[in-house]
Amino acid sequence: MSDPDKGPAIEVAGVHKHFGRVHAVRGVDLAVRQGEFFGLLGPNGAGKSTLINILAGLTHPDQGRAAICGYDVIANYRKARRALGVVPQEVVFDPFFTVREVLAIQAGYFGLKGPDNKAWREELLAALMLTDKGDANMRTLSGGMKRRVLIAQALVHRPRVVILDEPTAGVDVELRASLWVFIRRLHAEGHTIVLTTHYLEEAEALCERIAIMQGGGIAALDTKEAMLRRARSKTLRVTIAGPAAVIPPQLALKLRKRTDTTLEFALQQGSDSIPEVLDALRAAGHVVTDITTEQANLEEVFLELTHRRISPPDGLSPDPALPAA
Amino acid sequence: MGGAVAGIAPRSPHAGTMVDRHQGQTEMTGFFTLLYKELLRFSKVFFQTIFAPVVTALLYLLVFASAFKARPDILPGVPFVAFLVPGLMMMSMIQNAFANSSSSLIQSKIAGNLIFILLSPLSAGEFFLAFVAASVVRALCVAVGIYVAAVFFVALPVHHPLYLALFAILGSAALGALGVIAGVWAERFDQLAGFQNFVVVPLSFLSGVFYSLRDLPPFWRMMSRFNPLLYMIDGFRYGFFGQSDVSPPLSLAIVAAFCALVSGLAMALVGRGYRLRN
Repeated sequence: MSDPDKGPAIEVAGVHKHFGRVHAVRGVDLAVRQGEFFGLLGPNGAGKSTLINILAGLTHPDQGRAAICGYDVIANYRKARRALGVVPQEVVFDPFFTVREVLAIQAGYFGLKGPDNKAWREELLAALMLTDKGDANMRTLSGGMKRRVLIAQALVHRPRVVILDEPTAGVDVELRASLWVFIRRLHAEGHTIVLTTHYLEEAEALCERIAIMQGGGIAALDTKEAMLRRARSKTLRVTIAGPAAVIPPQLALKLRKRTDTTLEFALQQGSDSIPEVLDALRAAGHVVTDITTEQANLEEVFLELTHRRISPPDGLSPDPALPAA
Repeated sequence: MGGAVAGIAPRSPHAGTMVDRHQGQTEMTGFFTLLYKELLRFSKVFFQTIFAPVVTALLYLLVFASAFKARPDILPGVPFVAFLVPGLMMMSMIQNAFANSSSSLIQSKIAGNLIFILLSPLSAGEFFLAFVAASVVRALCVAVGIYVAAVFFVALPVHHPLYLALFAILGSAALGALGVIAGVWAERFDQLAGFQNFVVVPLSFLSGVFYSLRDLPPFWRMMSRFNPLLYMIDGFRYGFFGQSDVSPPLSLAIVAAFCALVSGLAMALVGRGYRLRN
């Protein structure tokens, strides 16, 4: 067994999992370093939750092994679970108990009791702005508060590794921002964080390294910066003087959006050049008054890697009926 | 969020924590915490889990005592009303021990909060024992409640307290374990209700609560001998009156064997994570 302080925080080797005829996880190999902020992304059904459940011991793999801080999640499950805190995706709670009872019980499951742990639980309540709700029954809390209690429950035994499975799904903007601050703080204080989220800007803002799952396997695994460099396109927005009546034919397929005085082009990295676009517009008689560029974001990389297309809102699709010069 | 509070730095899972210095003690803490949580759960709905079964048993007592007022004694020297009380106590223990573990598990499964136990380092044995122990405690609370209410109306001397305790504990433990099996197996409330209404309730009603084995026709007497709950009630009644249909050591052996059988099955299911861990 590797040294829990030096080896990977999470190690997954050759893990397969079937549910009936569905091959939910297909030979995943993955290592998350200690102290890393790791993003696990993928469309619904990609296998993220199954992989997390395997790490948490909620699902047993058919093949392969998984370990938390070097502790096998099956053979050495007690130590593996003590090193891991999981914030589940669903907002689940026990309606019989108050917030303080829930936290005391959860700590007790991990063998923790006494004044030290009680003080720690109060710190968690304060950090998650739940102190005044400590004696309230779980049933009476709002959805956002219940989600914060889930986070406190996951941290009550001070795990080294914290998995947050879509912690901000369905929460309002203010709570989402405050959860970001809290999660960043957890990371700054030494926790290894694994985040799954459907908000790709969240992963882009928080994660150091990202794995994208697709069809039960890892489609891409890289640093965030390297992942962003994979994007094939960037956006060029051109403001022109007067209405854009005529679009040069060589630009028609690149045009993503137009208004009276602005044109938005999707340029392929490496093959398209901004000066060439501007030259073509000038040649068509337009006077360019302003330009802005926008680098690709994680969403584009995600969609490219998972071979998906989103239906763009009205006005964003390339218009095949655009008049050509 | 994230105000001025002390650091929330993680601890090494292997160095210097209370968990690792006192491994055995803390593992017991996990078991006792789950037991405490289960006791707290049913005590918070005391009216439903303790008071209501006591009242139900007393209503049975009232109705049967009135309807069969003229009935001759079933056991020599034991009035019919007194004869009924141990049977009603054991029947209530059986039903409530089963209900406690099974309903707690199915509620936790359906509400999704069972995940908090499954994510913890509790072993399958600790999980099983905590649910069964809580079932035994609830069953004993109900039994004591019935006894305390009944002694106002009828004399209930205890001839063999050890047998009384053994049958009470083993019987309710067996049904608590059966409740674990049902709670783990059931995926919907109606499946659990089916288990309760078509297995537990008929077996408990047809186990000599209201009659003696000797009163039955030969065929039903023979069939009744396959009902393990019969031995629980007969042995428990022996603890009160010193009289029984079946030899008390034989009843005790059968109840202990039944308890071991259902416990083994329940442990096997929980250990495998059947319908708990995919």
